[in-house]
Amino acid sequence: MGESVPWIKYIELYVSSTATPSEQAASVDEVATLLKKGIFSLETLVKEMEMYLTTTDSIVRSRGNLLLAELLDKLASKPLSSSSIHSLVGFFTERLADWKALRGALVGCLALLRRTADVGNVTDSDAKAVADSYLQNLQVQSFGQHDRKVSLAKLSTLGMLIKSLSGCNRGFDGGFLKPCRLKDTNEVLLHVKFPSSLTKGDNLVYGICEAVDGEKDPECLFLVFHIVECLGQIYPDPSGPLANYAEDMFEILGSYFPIHFTHPNGEDDDTKREELSRALMVSNLFHGTMWSQPKLKLLKQSALPEDVYKENLDTYLYSDVFQLSFASTPLFEPFSIPLLLEKLSSSLPSTKVESFKYLSYCTLKYGPERMASHAEVLWSSVKYAIYMSPQCTPTKDSELFGGMGFKDSDVMMQAFVLLQEVIQQYGDFISLVLGDNDINAFLNSLNQYNEMDDIPSLAKQRLHVVGHILSICAKPSPALCNKVFNSCFPLLMESLGLSVEKSINGYLDEDCSPPAKFNLAAIYLCTELLAACRYVAVSLDSSTPALEFSQQTWSTMLNNSCKPLVKTFFSLLRSTEADQRASSGVYFGVKGLEILATFPESFLLASNSLYDNILSEFVRTVTSGSHETFLWTLTLKALTEIGLFANKHPESAKSVIFEKIVVEKFVSLIPSGESTMPSSLKLKAAFEIGGTRKEFMFKVVHALSAAIYTNFSAAYDEGNHESGKLMIQLLDTYTEKVLPWFLKIGGFEEIPLNFALGIWEKIEHTMYLNLSALEIAMGAGYKDLLSAIMTAMKKAVGSCSKESQEIIINKAFGVLSSSTSFGFESGSSLVKEEDVKQNLNPSDSSCKHEWLTSLFASVIIALRPQTSIPNGKMIIQLFIKSLLNGHVPSAHALGSLVNKLPLEINGMNCSENLTLNKALDMISPTFTGISHHDKVSQNNGSGVDFSSLRLNTLRMQSGINTAIGLAWIGKGLLMRGHEKVKDITMALLSLLMLDREGVDSKELQIIDVEDMHQLRTTAADAFHIIMSDSGECLNRAYHATIRPLYKQRFFSTIMPIFLSLLIKSDASLVSPTYTSRSMLYRAFAHVVSDTPLIAVLAESKKIVPILLECLSVLSKDVANKDIIYNVLLVISGILLEKNGQEAAVENAPIIINLLIDLTTFQHMMAIRETAIQCLVAMTELPYTRIYPLRTKVLQATSKALDDPKRIVRQEAVRCRQSWASIASRTLRF
Amino acid sequence: MLLQHIRDIKDPEHPYSLEELKVITEDAIEVDDKQSYVRVTFTPTVEHCSMATVIGLCLRVKLMRSLPPRYKVDIRVAPGSHASEAAGFSLSLSLSDLLNKQLNDKESVAAALENPNLVDMVDECLAPSLL
Repeated sequence: MGESVPWIKYIELYVSSTATPSEQAASVDEVATLLKKGIFSLETLVKEMEMYLTTTDSIVRSRGNLLLAELLDKLASKPLSSSSIHSLVGFFTERLADWKALRGALVGCLALLRRTADVGNVTDSDAKAVADSYLQNLQVQSFGQHDRKVSLAKLSTLGMLIKSLSGCNRGFDGGFLKPCRLKDTNEVLLHVKFPSSLTKGDNLVYGICEAVDGEKDPECLFLVFHIVECLGQIYPDPSGPLANYAEDMFEILGSYFPIHFTHPNGEDDDTKREELSRALMVSNLFHGTMWSQPKLKLLKQSALPEDVYKENLDTYLYSDVFQLSFASTPLFEPFSIPLLLEKLSSSLPSTKVESFKYLSYCTLKYGPERMASHAEVLWSSVKYAIYMSPQCTPTKDSELFGGMGFKDSDVMMQAFVLLQEVIQQYGDFISLVLGDNDINAFLNSLNQYNEMDDIPSLAKQRLHVVGHILSICAKPSPALCNKVFNSCFPLLMESLGLSVEKSINGYLDEDCSPPAKFNLAAIYLCTELLAACRYVAVSLDSSTPALEFSQQTWSTMLNNSCKPLVKTFFSLLRSTEADQRASSGVYFGVKGLEILATFPESFLLASNSLYDNILSEFVRTVTSGSHETFLWTLTLKALTEIGLFANKHPESAKSVIFEKIVVEKFVSLIPSGESTMPSSLKLKAAFEIGGTRKEFMFKVVHALSAAIYTNFSAAYDEGNHESGKLMIQLLDTYTEKVLPWFLKIGGFEEIPLNFALGIWEKIEHTMYLNLSALEIAMGAGYKDLLSAIMTAMKKAVGSCSKESQEIIINKAFGVLSSSTSFGFESGSSLVKEEDVKQNLNPSDSSCKHEWLTSLFASVIIALRPQTSIPNGKMIIQLFIKSLLNGHVPSAHALGSLVNKLPLEINGMNCSENLTLNKALDMISPTFTGISHHDKVSQNNGSGVDFSSLRLNTLRMQSGINTAIGLAWIGKGLLMRGHEKVKDITMALLSLLMLDREGVDSKELQIIDVEDMHQLRTTAADAFHIIMSDSGECLNRAYHATIRPLYKQRFFSTIMPIFLSLLIKSDASLVSPTYTSRSMLYRAFAHVVSDTPLIAVLAESKKIVPILLECLSVLSKDVANKDIIYNVLLVISGILLEKNGQEAAVENAPIIINLLIDLTTFQHMMAIRETAIQCLVAMTELPYTRIYPLRTKVLQATSKALDDPKRIVRQEAVRCRQSWASIASRTLRF
Repeated sequence: MLLQHIRDIKDPEHPYSLEELKVITEDAIEVDDKQSYVRVTFTPTVEHCSMATVIGLCLRVKLMRSLPPRYKVDIRVAPGSHASEAAGFSLSLSLSDLLNKQLNDKESVAAALENPNLVDMVDECLAPSLL
């Protein structure tokens, strides 16, 4: 047989007791693959296996059965004929009686039962037969059969049984079986003895009762809850089998309440938990009912630490499944509700929370009829939890909510949820609440308080609770709202001095003035009630538009007393106007009016005149404000809310009125200077109101742009400095608020485009810029104005698309070239010395020149890389020229250009467009050309030789400008990863290393040492420009090309250069070299402190010695304190990393000496503090290395103990403590 | 301010800080910044606390580490708190005096700090607590 059937060896392997589990699993897989491929049929297999299936050797038989069963499990998706399924089921059903081979039989049954209809499944009659056999045989095997695997299979079979019996093919087995297989701990009791007289359903329920009783293992428990829940669904009949056992069943369940899941500690715990959660989720996917994904997401988002989250997740999952089973059938109601109510008296808050949660859920599931009987007890327990002993704490910003901002405890929150649930389900419950003596007495007692601050804290909490209760009661339906209004509203009105009865007959006397003092507690409740009303009205409005509000009692009552109410609110607003602190009166006044104004239109209350009044009052309050008081902010916020509400229906009368009264008013305020309102407030208000609708924002933008243009003219033509100041504010609002707002909604490109074009238009028409007058008038503010315009221009251009940018740049270029001060027509390719000289003298025309160039530079800075630039050559020349005159924005523009220009252009008019190489060809000679009369450096056209820079005395200032230009150009090149950055670096380094030797002896006398020093410093600081991030240009907002890790790359290229230069300069320590060495260190410090620490750490062995040297050189000059601080930060970073510590060990004495010196650095507290912190970090180094230095450190830090700054003294104490204790020896003085 | 420095010192016999045990209080500290003089009076937990010396030593060491050297630090046991001080017999009296004297005598403090066991104990008390 063996020869003819090669696969038989797998079967033999499987049944043999010597094979390892992995071998067995492999053989099952092999056979299954063969079967799937159709090499042989299942029938053949069964025939071949006959011997193993029926042998008297129980071990072999059980193995054989199991093999067949597992194969069937693997073949779940292979179609089988109904006859073979039938015979297989028959076989396994029979085998259930064979307790020695039970496992195989169970697995086989399961595998067959789980088949779906499209591949052939078990017929109902067969399934019944399985169930019968199961119930019959279980009792026989259960005796002495404690094998945990069988217990697993049994539970799964229970699931199967329920499935087959109920016929519900929901397929929850997916979730059901998984945890079963995972389970490897406890076992389920199997002592099930069925009294023969019971029906099958009873049998089952009874069996399950017995099986689940006393279960402790969490995974099995999960199944238990699940089974109970299924039972509840299968037997909803109140006279059905479950009903008989409901009490027993609940007794078992109830003992698990409340669930708290704690994890045992263990190695494999994590995986187990993971799998478990997954299984839970899978099973719940089949549920689809009430939880899982959204809730889990919610839980995940709550920023809990990982382990807490896991713990919570499991408790949560269990609790939810438990809750499902608890509420699975109304049959549990007589037992579960009393249990839950009893648990409410527990002293543990978590138990209370759970009980309330379950009660809410049960209320939902059991239905109103069943809950009615518990109503009174429910109310009294809810009342106890929320009213009698409220546990809510005022929030930190409670003041901002009229002193009524509270945070409820978890118990209270859940109690409120329950109250809401009960009232929604069972409306009559409300009579209990409204009829409650305590609450009514409380309402009546409100009159004793006039001021919010007078109310004692408990009463305040109760007030908050009562407000919340009323709101919960009124919200669910108009009918409930009626009831609440009937019982409370007259009372509240009365305590406000407004009588409802009187007002029903006709409005209250218009002239009657509201009382001087208000009952704020009543007002608070009023606003809560109004808010609830509004909620009802809005929900009615959206559901049934035709509903008559006038038929509702609450609506009538509210409408009648609405006018006096509004009056009361108004006087609240007015009475405390002068009062600037956050007063509760103001808060509730504004809030009440806001609520009244946001009732839906169909609601009578919101009659237009009233709405008008409210809006006008608000507008009056806002426009008369002179600074941002509590009232002002609150009112503006209320107006915004009203606007947002009104604009939900843009055609509605409310929206129209809003536009007329509010929007137009604020828009008209923008340009006018008359109002008492400061312009910053005006702009803020206009922006907030505009934000309620796109169309409004358009209006605001138009007004804003118009104002900018008018003020532009006023500022330049007349030199009006007020206009100039105003313009700065206008521009700031524009760039910081309006533009981002449009960017956020997107698709409004014409706005920045028009703005930019408008500014250029203005400039074009204001050809004569009266800048000197403006400069005199504004003083320092003059520069601010220019920078504000530049920022606005950059932002506007940056947010445009390529096409719009091209329009702008063409326009700008047009304006520029028509201006007389630019010699574009002459087409000069070299910068003439005369130009430079001329422009060095500030005059009106040069001022205008500066403005135009600055604005043009702003456009260039913000361009996208794709945008094509016309007349690129001229533009570059212009920038180079003005850069040499010390115009920094031109340097930014050049940097941006070299950063974004394309390397090559494929297209027709390549001669027109500028490429990077062309630009560089233009830029480089100009910079080397500074000394073009110096024959040595004349470059021969092939390459750029920045390093041959020489300076003469006249050009010292241009040299500085060149250095700045080189820095920005270098930055642009570096960011795109261009190799030319090396040339720039070398040029900068040569500037930095300049010394007198390079200068003609003739000129030597005239060179000012100061100038020389300044040039070198600028060159050194250029490295800071190159490495740091800039807000002005070359960032993401302005579409810079940024290559990843460019800083690291620069660091690694420049480091060797620095090292070799430093070694060279070390060789000769004569004084001029000495200063250039200090400049080298300065540049080095910039590079190191701007490089990401991780890159520095990798090189720490090489860096640390230089860094220390650098620090000691730099600390000689106080002016370097910021650089020193940055370097110190790098050192502290190094000391905190393991890698860096190794490097530090070698230099420990030097480091400590340096740090000790810095602890007395007088000019910067942060340096002293960081130095001491570094000293603390040094104690982590190996003991032998630092011990010799201990005394020194202790002595040095004792001086720091007397430091004028407290922080430093504290750090010093910490430092001495850690240094003193490294040896646990005496302190030496 | 001075209390900040010594409040966290742990009692040699308990896991609590001296402040929690009310061995030192704010009232018991006198500081004269102009004269650079500090006096700390501490009250041992129980009347005949054998650890009074160690507590005193801890206070002294901690203040030595925390205060600039210009300060003269005087550490005393609260009168009547130490059993030896309360009792009327001569032997105890001399003990209490001895204690006060010991704590403020440079030589004996230095001598005590030569003792490695004692120093370890002091350091343990001064170790920053984990919280």
